[in-house]
Amino acid sequence: MATLIIAEHDNQSLKAVNLNLVNAASRIGGEVHLLVAGYGCQVVADSASKITGVGKVLLADSAVYEHQLAENMSQLIVDLAKDYSHLVAPATTMGKNIMPRVAALLDVAQISDVIRVDSDDTFARPIYAGNAIATVKSLDRIKVMTVRGSSFDGAAEQDLSVVIEVVDSVYDAGISNLIAEQVVQSERPELTAANVIVSGGRGMGNGENFSMLDEVADKLGAAVGASRAAVDAGFVPNDMQVGQTGKIVAPDLYIAVGISGAIQHLAGMKDSKVIVAINKDEEAPIFQVADYGLVTDLFVALPDLADKL
Amino acid sequence: MKILVTVKRTIDANTKIRVMSDNSNVDLNNVKMALNPFCEIAVEEAVRMKEKGDASEVLVVSIGDKACQEQIRTALALGADRGIHVETEASIEPLNVAKILAKVVAEEQVSLVILGKQSIDADNNQTGQMLAALTNMPQGTFASEIQIHGDKVQVSREVDSGLQTVELAMPAVITTDLRLNEPRYASLPNIMKAKRKPLVMTTPAELGVDIKQHTQLLKVEAPAERQAGVKVASVAELIEKLKHEAKVI
Repeated sequence: MATLIIAEHDNQSLKAVNLNLVNAASRIGGEVHLLVAGYGCQVVADSASKITGVGKVLLADSAVYEHQLAENMSQLIVDLAKDYSHLVAPATTMGKNIMPRVAALLDVAQISDVIRVDSDDTFARPIYAGNAIATVKSLDRIKVMTVRGSSFDGAAEQDLSVVIEVVDSVYDAGISNLIAEQVVQSERPELTAANVIVSGGRGMGNGENFSMLDEVADKLGAAVGASRAAVDAGFVPNDMQVGQTGKIVAPDLYIAVGISGAIQHLAGMKDSKVIVAINKDEEAPIFQVADYGLVTDLFVALPDLADKL
Repeated sequence: MKILVTVKRTIDANTKIRVMSDNSNVDLNNVKMALNPFCEIAVEEAVRMKEKGDASEVLVVSIGDKACQEQIRTALALGADRGIHVETEASIEPLNVAKILAKVVAEEQVSLVILGKQSIDADNNQTGQMLAALTNMPQGTFASEIQIHGDKVQVSREVDSGLQTVELAMPAVITTDLRLNEPRYASLPNIMKAKRKPLVMTTPAELGVDIKQHTQLLKVEAPAERQAGVKVASVAELIEKLKHEAKVI
């Protein structure tokens, strides 16, 4: 029994979520290996080899894997699958894109969004936007799954590094190409890795007002998120969305500003350790999950908060 | 160009669900059902493609018990041309769904399949990708914009780092994200017209698909409830609590 984790990275750095996945994989039991597939990504493999609990790193470095296109990646992973009982990826847009394709090629199911490992074949996952938790037993010989990083602590890193094995299979399905990418650059921590998140909703009024959240975030070293309503209204780009279909986060502190607390938003943040809600509507459902609620006009509270922090 | 759109009957998005007291599943008795919101976006996109002249026919398929014909009729009222109902028990696993869809794709020779990225009940987000794998088609998942260019389709995808545009050789599979479009409401004349549009029925067996069970549902539980905390009177009090009580800043 051994688990292969498909690493989340951007060819330059290994994302923090991989540490959470190593921890989740170690609960399954057996060896844990990590596949770094990309282009010019040796440096990523180097950092992967220093994660405590990883027995081996596989490096597939080729232009065909540069953008981790599902059509090419799935072939590579299926090729490696014969040595593994479990194939695991983070429940990010990368993992969600690739893993069902892998599962179908192997004629097995995929278990999505695992939040708890009960044994090597039994896992818990949220359904109905997190309003119910299903415990599911896999009947397949190979378990293919995506795992929610925020539900597991991160594994540690060490100075010692394990062996990096080069995989030289190159699969190019030739049916898809990446032609453009708009990557949002930010000095702030990533939403899914941040300890503190300040999020704005429709109550922010417009995109410019998000700069008021930035000021608070700067003081706290926080990431800035948004509700679906704020993204739909065009205030901020989609990569900031926290919620059922956006990013799932569980920071130490989540400050929801001008967010009413729709079910689909709560699904993305209700596992945060401490939740603060700032909203002028006392009846807003967000207060039902908030540890600390402040009923006030956010345009008064935010400058005050930035000032006093 | 023929487009296949898939629709799923799910609970209405505004319904609050309850877990059954024996923890066997979610209680769907007397719950309002509707067209899965992501599927609705898929239907709208296909209909717009036809209106623009990019597509010649929009075919809609649903898999499930008799009741899902209601959702096929809804899609026909929104502008789809023809329906296929594959009759099975109410809920089957995504891999089985993908196998059935692969057969329909082969029979109908479609150029594009548009699916919702996930259903709001099981939240799996798998079927489109699995269908693409089984038919060896490229996939454009989580689409926020679709443009047809000859025999290729460009799909802007909502990914964690921002937006990504891929170019796919058709036939291709696309799954919809929330911001792809805003679905229209069906007009009363179109709802009436939809009743006369063709709808054929088939079964997995007739399509040559053997339904297999890959997972077993052991139990369904309500999530741990979060308790509402306290209200603070001022920003100063909030900071004081966060520093000394919660100790998170």
